[in-house]
Amino acid sequence: MKNRIDICFENLKKEDKKALITFITAGDAGIDTTEKLVLEMFDNGADIVELGVPFSDPIAEGPTIQKSSLRSLKNGTTLDKLFDLVKSLREKTDKPLVFMMYLNTIYRYGVDRFFKNCSNIGIDGVIVPDMPFEEKDEIQAQADQYGVYNISLIAPTSHERIKMIAKESKGFIYCVSSTGVTGTRSDFATDFNDFFELINENVTCPACVGFGISNGEQAKEMSKYCDGVIVGSAIVNIIAELQEDSVSRVGSFTKELKTSMS
Amino acid sequence: MGKVGRFGDFGGQYVPETVMNAVHELEDAYNKYMKDDEFKAELLDLFNNYAGRPSLLYYAEKMTKDLGGAKIYIKREDLNHTGSHKINNVLGQILLAKKMGKKRIIAETGAGQHGVATATICALMGLECEVYMGAEDMKRQSLNVYRMNLLGTKVTGISSGTATLKDAINEAMRDWCSNIDTTYYCIGSAMGPHPYPEMVREFQKVIGEEIKRQLMEKEGRLPDCVVACVGGGSNAIGAFYDFIGDESVRLVGAEAAGSGINTDKHAATMAKGAYGIFHGMKSLFLQNEFGQIDEVYSISAGLDYPGVGPEHANLRAIGRADYYSITDEEAVCGFEYLSRTEGIIPAIESAHAVAATLKIAPTMSKDDILVINLSGRGDKDVYSIARYRGVDINEE
Repeated sequence: MKNRIDICFENLKKEDKKALITFITAGDAGIDTTEKLVLEMFDNGADIVELGVPFSDPIAEGPTIQKSSLRSLKNGTTLDKLFDLVKSLREKTDKPLVFMMYLNTIYRYGVDRFFKNCSNIGIDGVIVPDMPFEEKDEIQAQADQYGVYNISLIAPTSHERIKMIAKESKGFIYCVSSTGVTGTRSDFATDFNDFFELINENVTCPACVGFGISNGEQAKEMSKYCDGVIVGSAIVNIIAELQEDSVSRVGSFTKELKTSMS
Repeated sequence: MGKVGRFGDFGGQYVPETVMNAVHELEDAYNKYMKDDEFKAELLDLFNNYAGRPSLLYYAEKMTKDLGGAKIYIKREDLNHTGSHKINNVLGQILLAKKMGKKRIIAETGAGQHGVATATICALMGLECEVYMGAEDMKRQSLNVYRMNLLGTKVTGISSGTATLKDAINEAMRDWCSNIDTTYYCIGSAMGPHPYPEMVREFQKVIGEEIKRQLMEKEGRLPDCVVACVGGGSNAIGAFYDFIGDESVRLVGAEAAGSGINTDKHAATMAKGAYGIFHGMKSLFLQNEFGQIDEVYSISAGLDYPGVGPEHANLRAIGRADYYSITDEEAVCGFEYLSRTEGIIPAIESAHAVAATLKIAPTMSKDDILVINLSGRGDKDVYSIARYRGVDINEE
């Protein structure tokens, strides 16, 4: 079966559109709310949804996602419950879903068992921020076997590493806009012309940019450089404030982002 | 692709892409300067003329007689400048950071000993320094917080998670990701991504080398047992490393069992941990079935960590070292015992090694020799021991 991420980008390309990828921490405000949020975001123009698997010690995250991760864990979220959530979502949507998660969660669950579940239930890719290219053998063989994409990250500090990483990327490449952790930013220190020139020279799959993009204007600006944008903390902030009541506000924010990009 | 920095199954380099080039830059600098005679001479000079090395190897005659077993020697790392073995590693790393042209140093600290050592050397070498410390640990170790401030270091309290060492490391790693060009992360133990576990061990192995030489002078032979406390494991690996090839030497680590390993309040990674990948390394970690890292507890802020350095995980896996789990109560008894018996007030971390010795030495023969690595001094712990014993010594 063809990976949903590939289908998604092929369709976007035909329409000459950029991808909007949205992130929420799964289980923040409860699993039921997560399901509603995912469907609402898809209904309002999200092309791919990243589900953050909560981790006790998310070292790549800023305060917003750290706190959402803790809220989710306090709600009793576990990986098994998230697989159930995805199973339920798959009855309602065929758009791509990826997990953003820390390596220990996969490792402890059992790498083979994890990817087998992803494949059976309908997770299309994983983003593992604490697993660099050099250590991807921890999961690559099993990810390949079950047809789940291991989505690579590229940072502004990657420089000559870009070529090596881009060459073996599948699904899309997650380009980190700035050094540091996740969270909203008012401006970016990275020279995106240089950064994306190097990326676009080497990529074999779509490149999307994330970290710090928090409004329609930034989404529009950043989408010029690549194939899509990823918005996380700005959405998680809404959920932090409104919890179960955040669904319609997240929907309208998603629509605002999508509209500004088209 | 080469798997770098492995100790058996353990170790590796599990860090975000943002810091990969920095990790490689560090690896290159480390490999270069460890072979550089000038660097080595400079470090030796700092060891001997600033830190006060070599540290004494002291024959604990009263303790030996009292326990009635092995002859006990104490390696006095507590007599180093800043009061612990931490200075060995910090001198090495900060000298390296300086050679690399870094202007800003960050570190995490649990008990504050690594923080104080880092603050000290940054003052000496004129570098900006920021230390991350759990808010809970800042309360337990307010004296060390003030010492760091005196030395010109900014101490940033962390109240996320359990507000202890683990959380301080998380925040230091986040800082490192954010300020990668200017900042050097001086990790305080033999843990984290490669090259840290190996590098920290190389800067600490002077402890074991000195023990070997000093004991050879005093007794003309190797010890039968070397005991050291283990949190991340830097003083222990420093004391053990030169003896790993000497199979007659038993190596014993003492980890923190807090309220007991069958309670949910301990930091006994060796007894209760499982394989995991966290803080840059594959090792043993206290975690739940879904890989969430446990909240750990020990009276000792320096051993209050849910993992252990990868080289220790391997020494245990291959059966080269044994690890004892020592409760708070046993450690406090060890603390009081050494104070009364030898007039040496140990750090509560080191008191775990003393407590293990109280169990091991009496079972050994009078002809045997046991060395305790006394990693630090206990002035910083006096208040918390008094609190533990229910004595009010008025901290106002």
